[in-house]
Amino acid sequence: MIAARRLLIVGGIGLALLGMTYGVWYAVFAEHQELDGIGKSLTTSFSAAASRDSAAASVALGEYKELKHAYDRHVDVHGHWIGLATILIVLGIGLDRVGFREQFKALLAATLLAGSFLFPLGVLLQTLSRGTGPRVLAVAGSALVIASLAGITLGFARGQKG
Amino acid sequence: MRGRAETFAPLSARRLLALGGIGLILVGMLVGDIFAVFVLHQNAAKVGGSLSAAAHAAVAGDANTVAASFQSVGSFLENRGTKVDTHVHMIAFGYLALVLAILQPWVALRESTRKKLAWLFLFGSWLLPVGVFLIHYVGLAHSPLTTIGWASIFADLGGVVVVLATLGYLLGIVRHLRQRHSVPMQDGLIDDRSAAGSVLFAGGLTLVLLGFLHGGYYAAFDLNRHEALDYSLLSEMSIAAGEKNTSAVDSALGSYGQLGGEKAVNIAAHAHAIEFGLLAMLLAFFQPYVRLRDPWKRAWAWVLLAGSLGLPVFVLLELKLGLLAGGIADVSGLFVIIALLAMWIGIVRYTGKIDSDAQLPAGRRA
Repeated sequence: MIAARRLLIVGGIGLALLGMTYGVWYAVFAEHQELDGIGKSLTTSFSAAASRDSAAASVALGEYKELKHAYDRHVDVHGHWIGLATILIVLGIGLDRVGFREQFKALLAATLLAGSFLFPLGVLLQTLSRGTGPRVLAVAGSALVIASLAGITLGFARGQKG
Repeated sequence: MRGRAETFAPLSARRLLALGGIGLILVGMLVGDIFAVFVLHQNAAKVGGSLSAAAHAAVAGDANTVAASFQSVGSFLENRGTKVDTHVHMIAFGYLALVLAILQPWVALRESTRKKLAWLFLFGSWLLPVGVFLIHYVGLAHSPLTTIGWASIFADLGGVVVVLATLGYLLGIVRHLRQRHSVPMQDGLIDDRSAAGSVLFAGGLTLVLLGFLHGGYYAAFDLNRHEALDYSLLSEMSIAAGEKNTSAVDSALGSYGQLGGEKAVNIAAHAHAIEFGLLAMLLAFFQPYVRLRDPWKRAWAWVLLAGSLGLPVFVLLELKLGLLAGGIADVSGLFVIIALLAMWIGIVRYTGKIDSDAQLPAGRRA
């Protein structure tokens, strides 16, 4: 198997395993707790509003905001790691349709693999820190994915002409 | 043998996974279409209605009704969630089946073992979504456990079966990678460069790229604004309810509904563009199996791509054009389903030439 193809297929399988393992952890230890927390905080907030206790309503909504922020990102990470893994495997199988030299294909493959790992990782780290670091990582990861996908699309068009 | 080869070939593990995978995707899409037309909007209206009831109960100072209304929201969301999960898991398992079908030449196991694993995989792939679909209806009836019902137990069992079958194939791939191969592998599906396959691969790759570009744009310009708005509108509702200001509550409820719509169409457009793109790329590899004339194969490839582009574009336009765009998006989804069905029929009609070639020693292949 050529290096770029091996990188994409083996990397894709590894990323899928990571995404699934993370999904199992998330389903068992985080999902139900977060969903319960979201429901309870909304109920508490509106019940407090019914009792004209605006301070308690505000605190409960603050909890909702934090939980919703974490829940959305946890779901996104699981979906994106597995989705990107599938794209890596399929592109690995079809890589000989891309009309570039092997070295450049290996560079595109490495960029795509790195972006596919870093982009959801940046999103996941946003649940731990609201700082700029995780956001920069997510943006950089997604930029790597888009740039390498654009390169592969160009290479495919080139391969068709050749 | 000649007569048999020209009618219907016996199912190889690869064709079984291809037919089963496309079948899962077809049923998953039909479930999604039925869900979108008959359940999604009605369910969203019920969720909105319950949220409105909770906010108005808060205005009236009725904490019990607030709690009951949020319990209803939970129940409606569970109903919606299990239907979405059924749709998504069927399609995802279908994709995985197609990937495993393509990878078969790299699986160093006997054909009979690969075929048993394929049946096992397909059994689990049906059991999980059917179990998930039934969760809302079966509940905890006759369950030996206090929190998990029979439907969930069978759904989890289906998931375990899928994981075991996939691990079996993975073991075969590891065995292949550990063997020494002096001659590069040739494969009728992977080496195919037919026009229909190229159209599907190019179109699919472009759709995936467009989906990522749209997702990036949404994350950069709208995601944070939507998250902040979600919190501020709920906060507005809660404060207005505390002040018994019904008109402010209604205004916030209206804006909250609109925000939900905006978020939903953006996420759906992004996800569908990438999923349909991936589907087109996967189907590109199976074109040698599709026993239809070349012009028909090309025509179905274009129909699939037109539907795959039309659905996310018109889903996005739903906020501006309303029901008209929604209708066009549904018709686009139907295009994808019909093209997929045509390819599935073509694969059923397949004569077995590639499978029999693959079983010959390299030097004797046609």
